[in-house]
Amino acid sequence: MKKISFKKIIKDPYLAIGILIMGLVLLMIIVGFFWTPYDPTKMSASEKLQGISLRHIMGTDNMGRDVFSRVMYGSRVTLLIAMGTIIIGAGLGTIIGAVTGYYGGVIDEVAMRIIDALFAFPSILLALVIVSVFGVGWMQLVVSLGIAFVPSFARIVRGEVLRCKDMDYIQNARLQGVGSLRMIFVHILPNIKGVLASSILIGFNNAVLAEAGLSYLGVGSQPPYASLGRMLSDAQQYMFTRPSYVMCPGIVIVLMVLGFAFLGEGIKRWE
Amino acid sequence: MEKETVLKVSSLDVFYKNRKRKLFSKQSKKIQALFDVSFEVQEGEVLAIAGESGCGKSTLARAIVGINKDYEGVIWQKYGDPQMVFQDPYNSLNPAKKVGWLLEEPLKVDKKRKWTKEERQQRVKEIMEEIELPLNMLERYPSQLSGGQRQRVCIGIALMRNPKLLIADEPVSALDVTIQAQIMELLRNLHKKLGISIIFISHDLRVVYQISDHVMVMKNGRIVEYGATKDVYRNPQAEYTKQLLKAAGITR
Repeated sequence: MKKISFKKIIKDPYLAIGILIMGLVLLMIIVGFFWTPYDPTKMSASEKLQGISLRHIMGTDNMGRDVFSRVMYGSRVTLLIAMGTIIIGAGLGTIIGAVTGYYGGVIDEVAMRIIDALFAFPSILLALVIVSVFGVGWMQLVVSLGIAFVPSFARIVRGEVLRCKDMDYIQNARLQGVGSLRMIFVHILPNIKGVLASSILIGFNNAVLAEAGLSYLGVGSQPPYASLGRMLSDAQQYMFTRPSYVMCPGIVIVLMVLGFAFLGEGIKRWE
Repeated sequence: MEKETVLKVSSLDVFYKNRKRKLFSKQSKKIQALFDVSFEVQEGEVLAIAGESGCGKSTLARAIVGINKDYEGVIWQKYGDPQMVFQDPYNSLNPAKKVGWLLEEPLKVDKKRKWTKEERQQRVKEIMEEIELPLNMLERYPSQLSGGQRQRVCIGIALMRNPKLLIADEPVSALDVTIQAQIMELLRNLHKKLGISIIFISHDLRVVYQISDHVMVMKNGRIVEYGATKDVYRNPQAEYTKQLLKAAGITR
């Protein structure tokens, strides 16, 4: 285990760039909580589809709303949905993977076949099915994406637990009388936190993309509220008349995904 | 001085299940690893178990401490809760935990009594003194220790709950010669000081000679020779023991 120091972070370009990009995005989101240049939902008929200017640094959309304000608001929504998704997906996935990997036998077989079945579903399709049953809204979106993310985490964690559980130190702990639950969560899980952390960041990535994709399909947050995917979907009609409208939210998505990817790679190399 | 028996093993057969059967084949074969093993360990005695790799030494150890429960026969223990030191100190310490945490863990999960935080820390300090490590190592991770230091920590963990029987499964085989001598010295001192019984498993008859009162030589899951260490080394009965002694360069 290495000490975290500023110098070491700077030396690793992946980590440094990742932190820089995520810092910028997070700064924009946090500022957006308290202040946006304009009300993100306020329409203005006279300022429709304006280009990049000092007044509107990302232009305005087809209803005259300030795109920068909407991006600030929308990236918060996107990030929160991605976070919710990862909390559900990584949480459930870790528990399922750890328990099945540790106990093995029938539980393992049954759980893994269910996971296989879930895996066979494209996650977007699965989310669409859940949304169509429970209705449209961001809660449903988080739950459905979360469930769709469970299998990959369960797989990763299970593999790691299988690798760890026959190690001498686990047998040693068993000999001392450590119970099963304590064994899984106190003795085994800390050993896989590096793998888990980098797969959470990669998962974050996929969650941002999935949220954008689903909102683009119209099942995410509803107008007039913004999310990055929603904005892309609204903007696509005006792609040629006002390219800045579609490019600005797109660039923010790319930045988020890049930032998470760099961070994940950096953490992987850190281990 | 009347010595009491702390461990009595009679006609022990140990089996191994073919655990990986799910992956490659469906039939579950049982492999018998030990055949009709019987012996006793007296209080405060060091019994050495010697033999080549794969002869069932570790299997026997695992059966005694209860890791492998698939056996027939009787293992009777006076005190219970025997502890074990594993062969490879690089694998037997949890790499994600600090030394201090690792030493405290046996007390946290002790079923016999509750230890308060102060008691635990007090005990950790005592043990660190006995395994001759400085207290500042409590804050280190196993990866920051040398092989010998790790094996000391392993011995310390095993001794935390004051076991009456310690099984050392090839505790020095993974270490180089000078460190081996230090660890042997440590074990000998602890044995003298604490009066615990030790089952010392090794393939190296030279190491065995240094520490043991009795020797048990095993081959292919059976005991081929048992006796007081000096008698066995001076006058080996079984052909296999003679071979082993010759290989170790002890007999003329």
